[in-house]
Amino acid sequence: MFYREAGQFKTTYIADQELFPVKQDRWGIFIIIGFSFIVIPLIANDYWLQAILIPFLIFSLAALGLNLLTGYAGQLSLGTGGFMAVGAYSCYKLITIFPDTNVILLILLSGFISAGVGLIFGIPSLRIKGFYLAVATLAAQFFFEWLFGRVAWFYNYNDSGAIEVPVRKVFDIAVTGPIATTQSRYIVVLCIVTVLALIAVNIVRGRIGRAWMAIRDMDIAAELIGIRPLNTKLIAFGISSYYAGVAGALYVFTYLGAAEVEVFDINISFEILFMVIIGGLGSISGAFFGAAFIVLIPILITNLPLILGIPINAATVEHFNFMIVGALIVLFLIFEPHGLAKIWSIMREKLRVWPFPY
Amino acid sequence: MEFLTAIFIQPFVEMVDDPVLLLQVIWEGFVTGILYSLIAFGFVLIFKASGVFNFAQGIMVVFAALTLVGLHENGVPAFVALPMTILVMYALAFSVERLVLRSLVNQPDIILFMATIGITYFLIGLGESIFGGEPKVMIAEELFLPYGSITFFDDMLILQEIDIAASMIAAISLILLALFLGKTRIGIALRAVADDHQAALSVGVSLNTIWVVVWFISGIIALITGIMWGAKSDVSFALSIIALKALPVLILGGFTSVPGAIVGGLIIGIGEKIGEFYWGHLVGGSIEGWLAYMIALVFLFFRPQGLFGEKIIERV
Repeated sequence: MFYREAGQFKTTYIADQELFPVKQDRWGIFIIIGFSFIVIPLIANDYWLQAILIPFLIFSLAALGLNLLTGYAGQLSLGTGGFMAVGAYSCYKLITIFPDTNVILLILLSGFISAGVGLIFGIPSLRIKGFYLAVATLAAQFFFEWLFGRVAWFYNYNDSGAIEVPVRKVFDIAVTGPIATTQSRYIVVLCIVTVLALIAVNIVRGRIGRAWMAIRDMDIAAELIGIRPLNTKLIAFGISSYYAGVAGALYVFTYLGAAEVEVFDINISFEILFMVIIGGLGSISGAFFGAAFIVLIPILITNLPLILGIPINAATVEHFNFMIVGALIVLFLIFEPHGLAKIWSIMREKLRVWPFPY
Repeated sequence: MEFLTAIFIQPFVEMVDDPVLLLQVIWEGFVTGILYSLIAFGFVLIFKASGVFNFAQGIMVVFAALTLVGLHENGVPAFVALPMTILVMYALAFSVERLVLRSLVNQPDIILFMATIGITYFLIGLGESIFGGEPKVMIAEELFLPYGSITFFDDMLILQEIDIAASMIAAISLILLALFLGKTRIGIALRAVADDHQAALSVGVSLNTIWVVVWFISGIIALITGIMWGAKSDVSFALSIIALKALPVLILGGFTSVPGAIVGGLIIGIGEKIGEFYWGHLVGGSIEGWLAYMIALVFLFFRPQGLFGEKIIERV
């Protein structure tokens, strides 16, 4: 009744090519962005921001990056954790070398280092495909885990072997380090994620995105119609690693505050892959749905017994978490292999004709 | 210059200087390599028969070993626990086929791959909630596995008896499997499925049965691997990470080749031990974690389908 595009005529090409051609979508996005920028910082408490919203946004960003690579360009990667680690550690080194530079700028810059590394690990993708490539990206994962754990230069020769985030201010408001409020950190993450997500939406509907999809659907055919496979795949690796790197930097700088390389182990790569699959391969909104899902499940499993008054210990919760996440993944793959984004679009189609479907 | 010497000359001088030590290193690598081969073999079987890249092979190793040890801890004698574990592995294979694979026929490979990661997570959770997360000791004695060691060259070369037993058992099981695949009815059906799903279906081979059988065989291989590896260290969930090391073996040998899995396993096992021992200290040690992947990557540049993989032919 309310969600119908009938009567919205496009009279110019520009209007036709708009990011959100349906008026209701456009307003919906504006309302969501406005809500998360203005209302959430006012009403949400520290627990909500720190335990749910900040990790949700950061994981969304990482999942978005992986979705560009796996969902759009069709290159399966299991090395996301490694690229995130590159982002986090290069941001840490940058902040050591340039202590006075704006930290947000450094976070965005560290993504470029990660992108460069991604390019190098993307080179094999020209020769090897599918699962062979997935295994090759595992090389990145294990190599960086080893590198950042072993070479003391990366963590400034700390005795603890961990990187600790110093206090940095932007416009006289601390955004990183122990004294930064959750609100300010949330706003920083939200700004970066919003901008990068909008860029991603535009990349995938432009020339690059179309080339990616052609390569994904069949790379030989794409090559025959004049798409350079090497360039296209490398761009995919570069941009994806950029997103992963920024996500990694944010993960340490605005969420954890201090980290050892173990936080970027293989499990985080898998978690992000789960987000992409559950959210929906080849969908930007899917990355957000998937991240919300994976972030919320453990919190639900932890809190549900407490709410119901059933005593349960932490170890059991963790085991159940593993089992439920595993089972859910299988169930999702069986019942909706295209993920939450597909469910959302089915709902939207239903909504369009509601309440008179015939 | 000094650095170059340390990389290119020094290690070889060390090797020639102390050939017994080199032999020891190669032996250690050989033993690890055999276990890699076994894990990789489980992967290859399932990949050939169903096109599923079975990520859960590693956790199946742990799960099988944990079930065995867990049953024994609860008072089941070792020789009852062993068949019971085999039964559990059959139940696992059956439920995987019935609940997961059957519903996912005709899905793209990546979906099936993700499903096995889901199975992995499920099994981790299940195993931990049943048997607890703490490491356990493998019941090597009760299974009559030898321990102790044999020495050669005035105690310079030390071979653990368990390692010798492990390599022999691995070799025997590989031979038995080869016989099974070559001589029995089910084995031939299995090879037919591996060769061409549709052609096999059309001559009346039941895919569902074959899938249960391959998952079951992989489960048994996982059990053998778990016993051997568990007897060398202990049984814990860290083992499933070690199973990830079998992945470079796969890309080295080719996903579809049984001899490839064996040769690849030995190359990776020996290569990483030698690399760690002679070159590892130059860059701070513990390079075992990624060296295997690098070796495999270098191979891939020259042979994208692995050493023994079938040539990839693509048509538009």
